[in-house]
Amino acid sequence: MILRHWRTARRLRQAGILGMNRRNVHYIGRYNDRRLYPLVDDKLRTKLLAEEHGVGTPSLRFTIRHQHEVSDLGRRLEEVDEFVIKPAKGAGGKGILVVTGRRGDRFLSSGERELTLADLQRHVSNTLAGLHSLAGMPDTAVFEDRIRLDPRFESLSYEGIPDIRVLVFLGYPVMAMLRLSTKDSHGKANLHQGAVGVGLDIATGRCAHAVQYDQRVYHHPDTGVALDDIDIPDWRSLLELAARCQEMSGIGYLGADLVLDRDRGPQLLELNARPGLSVQIANGCGLLPRLEAVEALERRHDTPEARVGWAMEQFAAGT
Amino acid sequence: MTARRVFFALVALLMVVGAATAAWRYIDTGVPFFPGAQKPVWLVEARIDFEAQGDSVLVSFNVPDRPPGFELSLEHTASPGYGFSTVEQDGVVRGEWTIAEADGEQTLYYKVHATPDGSDHRDRTVAEPPGEPPSPSWSGAEETAAEQILARAQETSASPQSLARQLIYAFGTGRDGAADLLLDNYDRAVVIERLLHDAGVPARTSLALELEDGRRNQTPVQMVEIFVDDHWLPFTPVTGQQGIDEDVLLWHRGGASLIDLFGGQNARVAFSMNRQSVPAEQLAQMEEGAGLMNVLSVHQLPIEQQTAFSLLLLLPLGALVTVFLRIIVGIRTSGTFMPVLIALAFLQTELVAGLISFVGIVALGLLLRGYLSRLNLLLVARIATVIVIVVFMIGLMSLLGYQLGFATGMTLAFFPIIIIAWTIERMSILWEEEGPREVLTQGTGSLVVALAAYLLMSRPLAEHLTFNFPELNLVVVALIMLMGQYTGYRLVELKRFSTFREASG
Repeated sequence: MILRHWRTARRLRQAGILGMNRRNVHYIGRYNDRRLYPLVDDKLRTKLLAEEHGVGTPSLRFTIRHQHEVSDLGRRLEEVDEFVIKPAKGAGGKGILVVTGRRGDRFLSSGERELTLADLQRHVSNTLAGLHSLAGMPDTAVFEDRIRLDPRFESLSYEGIPDIRVLVFLGYPVMAMLRLSTKDSHGKANLHQGAVGVGLDIATGRCAHAVQYDQRVYHHPDTGVALDDIDIPDWRSLLELAARCQEMSGIGYLGADLVLDRDRGPQLLELNARPGLSVQIANGCGLLPRLEAVEALERRHDTPEARVGWAMEQFAAGT
Repeated sequence: MTARRVFFALVALLMVVGAATAAWRYIDTGVPFFPGAQKPVWLVEARIDFEAQGDSVLVSFNVPDRPPGFELSLEHTASPGYGFSTVEQDGVVRGEWTIAEADGEQTLYYKVHATPDGSDHRDRTVAEPPGEPPSPSWSGAEETAAEQILARAQETSASPQSLARQLIYAFGTGRDGAADLLLDNYDRAVVIERLLHDAGVPARTSLALELEDGRRNQTPVQMVEIFVDDHWLPFTPVTGQQGIDEDVLLWHRGGASLIDLFGGQNARVAFSMNRQSVPAEQLAQMEEGAGLMNVLSVHQLPIEQQTAFSLLLLLPLGALVTVFLRIIVGIRTSGTFMPVLIALAFLQTELVAGLISFVGIVALGLLLRGYLSRLNLLLVARIATVIVIVVFMIGLMSLLGYQLGFATGMTLAFFPIIIIAWTIERMSILWEEEGPREVLTQGTGSLVVALAAYLLMSRPLAEHLTFNFPELNLVVVALIMLMGQYTGYRLVELKRFSTFREASG
């Protein structure tokens, strides 16, 4: 049995699969400065930083930091009809509430759910108390503009926004996937919960591979969309936005979660200093050769544009 | 690369130092590396606390003298500033501590090694039998009650042994008004002794210690002994059992009080004990020897602390198991080292009972926590509530276990309550966010790690080595550090990425 495991391990090594231990020791441990983590673990700080660096991100409306401000919520929302409430330190997409409009004095949430002001206030209270945060830390509720989905994306996902995870290593986009939520994943974009992962060709932004539950799929299980036809518009500028996140945050091994807004183009949703390994499954391809190629560069390119250009050339699907 | 070399040098150094120290200790003290098949040695320690009143102090303490079934060796006292001597008076051995001046809280230790001598607990023959027992005096009402009970017992008995059994029965299950009257004024053992004296049977009361590994504050049990056929025969007055079990040590036999104190007040005696897997001679050597290895030995500590230490010293092994299962195998657990603490609790509760109660407590806690989440409490208050609930549940289970006759119920208090409360909280959030499957995965993962740690830590060899050769933990640390450098695949990843295996194979 040990021999069989040994062979499997050797094959995975040959396929260039990055494992959890190697990721932690060799990449996160070496290239991610612990001091910088608060920048990405706090979405509010990421957002302010992005605005400072001219990286597109949904506009911040206001924040609620203290419990006593919650009673004032109705007045502050008078002006806005569409917005998103996020916990600043939320983990894994928890506690995100999207309001798409109003009906009378009620708020409409995704899936035609009607919410009263009291519902929103309770949600905000829970957020402040840390219900949705990592380790239950007290938190801030962030109110920001809602993403208006690019119409070409609308049919793709079953509930929730399809987002694009770009893995950026030392400023080079090395691998990317589109995450589509499904009925199984309850609108969440995590692959292990049943979301569809579409591997995107770094060179073109077209679908290179797609999986659900680690199995190759060709159609979205709920919407029936043919996944192989997916072609992300504005691909180069999306990658450049992702590449700029490295300079902005200073984190070497980084996951950037992006969406395409109908009017404003690529937008940064959040950064992740410990990006998972499922991007490899979605792409049907290991990360190690690409990471090593970047590490082996004698001189790294200075501008995001140059880095993206190099990556698009190097990391075309099938190479 | 040099950083790596330093790292490996450090790891090697730790291993060499650990192994070399252990080898040195082996040569120096002769403690074997494997727990032998030899008879266990019990370390029994009496701790005497009292308040001195600023004047000269004399403490006279009854110490065991050739108790049946055990061979005593190495009596040892730790009592700073006190002079110690043993004196024999009327056939009773007493230890006497004296000091010219003492004030405030005082603590004295008296320790013996007791090795079962395989004599089947037959007491030695007494050369000169005790004289005719004194006839006790009773007050008016007591006299009638005593006569009544004694007459009834004598009717149904034919020998001193059966008389003792009948009397024990009269004050136990067969208790009536007359017995109640006498018990109002006397201890059960004392009243039985007096009645035996009334009947002309030589009798005395004694104190016995039930030897149980790792016990602190063990309370001695009162015994009644009668003199038949040239030796003393003990009875347990609660159960009526004749003779004593093999793990019972008769500490105080007849004669005067257990402790007499002059120049102080509030004397308290507490007994601690543990069982050693080391041959008696080496044990004695380790405690008394003057070599460096003897000074650097856990055996120098009072037994109470030794017991706590023996658990602490097992902790690194548990940590090692956790590191292995998380880094090399890739099992996900809820809370990094929670499983080790659970395993440590299992060591005290016995496995099955511990497992059932742990799963029960967490499952019940999750149910109640489900209701709590609807109350919209703030996090800290919610966890505090869960803690109180867990305390109540453990209390209830202990009570239930006790009523049903399981002694394990009492040891549930060893569960790390705060850790359990956090586990419940984390599992419940996990349930809401990731679904019951993830809860099951992490819950099973935690239990598997806890079980593996328990199985390793409960090996007699593990306890023997970590306790007698604490330096071996340096080797454990080195192994843990080595695993911290492992960058290969985890076993579960081989399955997770199995699609690649087919694609490229």
